[in-house]
Amino acid sequence: MAAQYHHSLRFEASRCNGCMSCMRICPTAAVRVRKGKAAIKLMDCCIDCGECIKVCTQGVIIPLTDQMADLSQYQCRVAIPSPALYAQFEPEVLPGVIFAALKECGFDDVECLSRACDAVTTATEIYVSEYRGQSPLISSFCPTVVRLVQVEYPELVNQMLPILSPREISARDAKARKSAETGLPTDLIGAIYLTPCPAKMVSILEHPGMERSYLDAAVAISDLFQTLTAAVARVGEIEENMDGCETASGVSWAFLGGLPRSLPAEHTFTVAGLQNVIRILDDVEKGRLRNYSFIECHACPEGCVGGCLTVENPYVARAKAIKLRQQLPAGPAVDRESVERRYRQGEFLMDEPLTPRPLRPLDDDISKAIGKMKERDRLLSRLPRIDCGACGAPSCRAFAEDVVLGEAADENCLFLRR
Amino acid sequence: MSTEEIEAMFSITGRDYTNAGRASTSIKGILKRLGINPAVVRRTAIASYEAEMNLVMYAVRGTMHLRVNPATVTLEVEDEGPGIKDIALAMQEGYSTATPEMREMGFGAGMGLPNIKRNSDQFEISSAAGRGTRLSIRINQAS
Repeated sequence: MAAQYHHSLRFEASRCNGCMSCMRICPTAAVRVRKGKAAIKLMDCCIDCGECIKVCTQGVIIPLTDQMADLSQYQCRVAIPSPALYAQFEPEVLPGVIFAALKECGFDDVECLSRACDAVTTATEIYVSEYRGQSPLISSFCPTVVRLVQVEYPELVNQMLPILSPREISARDAKARKSAETGLPTDLIGAIYLTPCPAKMVSILEHPGMERSYLDAAVAISDLFQTLTAAVARVGEIEENMDGCETASGVSWAFLGGLPRSLPAEHTFTVAGLQNVIRILDDVEKGRLRNYSFIECHACPEGCVGGCLTVENPYVARAKAIKLRQQLPAGPAVDRESVERRYRQGEFLMDEPLTPRPLRPLDDDISKAIGKMKERDRLLSRLPRIDCGACGAPSCRAFAEDVVLGEAADENCLFLRR
Repeated sequence: MSTEEIEAMFSITGRDYTNAGRASTSIKGILKRLGINPAVVRRTAIASYEAEMNLVMYAVRGTMHLRVNPATVTLEVEDEGPGIKDIALAMQEGYSTATPEMREMGFGAGMGLPNIKRNSDQFEISSAAGRGTRLSIRINQAS
C-alpha cells in the first residue's frame, strides 16, 4: 500500500468545541469527531484542501507552513511570491514596492514568478498541441487537485499535465542565479514560496513526479501580511523599475482562467472550487469531455486568490489583481523560441510519471471487501440516513463503514441506541 | 460464488437529464470501495455511463443491475422504450439517431454502443421494436 502521506494541517484538540463544521465540509470524508474533538481519522483520504481551515471558527486547524525563524539554516533566502500576494494589497502598491518590502522583512532577494508563468504557459501549449493520449489533459499546478486525482481518480493520473509548476521553475532558476551571484552552494540558498494555501507545503515535502521539490519552504501570506504591510509603508514609493519584474500575464495566474488564455478557447475551460472540480473529474472518468484538450482545475474558488492562507476576500482580491494587471507590462516575459528549445531539452517536464495512490478499499481481498460491503449495507438499512453527525461520522454511510472496519460501535448511533 | 457476489439496482427515468449519470457515478463508487482494479473501474464507468445516457435519451424508463464478484463485473440494462430497429446498424461507429436536442448536449456522435462494446469483455444486446432494449455486458477482472 502507499507510503505515509505528508500533510500540511494539524488539529489542536484543546481548542475544539466539537461543532462538526470541518467534518461536514471535508470533501473526502476524512474527519471524525470522537469524544467531542475533531481529528483527521483517515490520513490517506486528506487532500490538504484547507476547507476545514476555512470553516473552523475556533482556530483548531493549524496549517503547517514555515515561520521566518525556521529559515535561519539558509545563508541566502530568496522569496518567491505567489501572484496572489500582490492581490492582498491595493493595486497602487506595485510588485517593485512589495519586493523592496520583502527585503526589509528578512529576505535576501526576491524572484518574480512571471517569467516562469509565461514559460510554463508556452510549454503547456506545446505539450497540449502534441499530446495524443486520452483527452482531456488536467492541469497539475494545484497540489490539492493532484492529490485528489491520485486518491479518488487513480486512473486519471495519466491525464495529468506532466509539466512543472511556475513555482518550481522559479525556485530552480532562483537557486542557479543566486549560486552564480554569491558562489554559495545551492543547499545554502533557500527558495521560499510565499503561499496562499497549505497545499503547496505538501508539494514541497513530497513533490509528485519528482525526487524532490526545488522549493525549500513555504511561508503563509497570512502570517507575513502584518509585517509586510508595515514594511510597505516604510519603503513608500520606490523608483519604478519594472525590469525583470512581474508581468500582466504572470499575475493572471493568481485567479481563474489565467493559464489557458492562450490555448484554443473552444477546447479548454477552467473549473474552480473543490465540489465543481470533483463533478468535472467524475465526468472525465466516465469518458465525457473527450472533446476538450485541456482543463485547468483549481481547488479554491476564484483560484489561488481564494486560498485559505490569504487575507483579502477572494472576489475583491481578483478585482485588485485585474486592476494591477493594467499597470504592468503585458508579457510574456520570455521569448517563445528559447522556451521551446528548453522544452525540447526536457527542462519543464517532471522526472517521472505521476503515480496513483488509491484509497484503501474495505479490504485488500475483494471477496472480503464484498462481504464487508454487504455488512455495511445491512447496517445502513437500519440507520435513519439523515446524516445527523451525532455519531461523529459525516454520514450514515461513513458511520456504517466505520463500524464494519471496527473503528466505531453500533451504540455511537443515537437511533440504534433507542 | 453467490456469497462472494454483491449486487445493486438502479432505476432510471427517461429524459431526466438532471439526474442523468448518477447511477454510473454510484457504480464507480462501489467498485472503488471494493478495491477493483482501476482500469476495470474506468472501463465500467465508461460503459455504464454510455448505457445510462442511452437509456435517459431514448427510453421511457429502465433499470441498471450491477453484479460484482471477485472475477467479473456484470451490468444488465433493461429499458421500456422504442427499441432499436436495426442493431447491426446501431453498432456502427458514427451511426446515430440523436435529435438536435441531444446533439446540443454533446451526444449523438454515434459512439455510444461501440464504446460500450469496446470497454466490455462480453457484450450482448437484444431489442424488440416498440418494446425496449436489453443490454448485458461483462468486464473481467484482469489480474
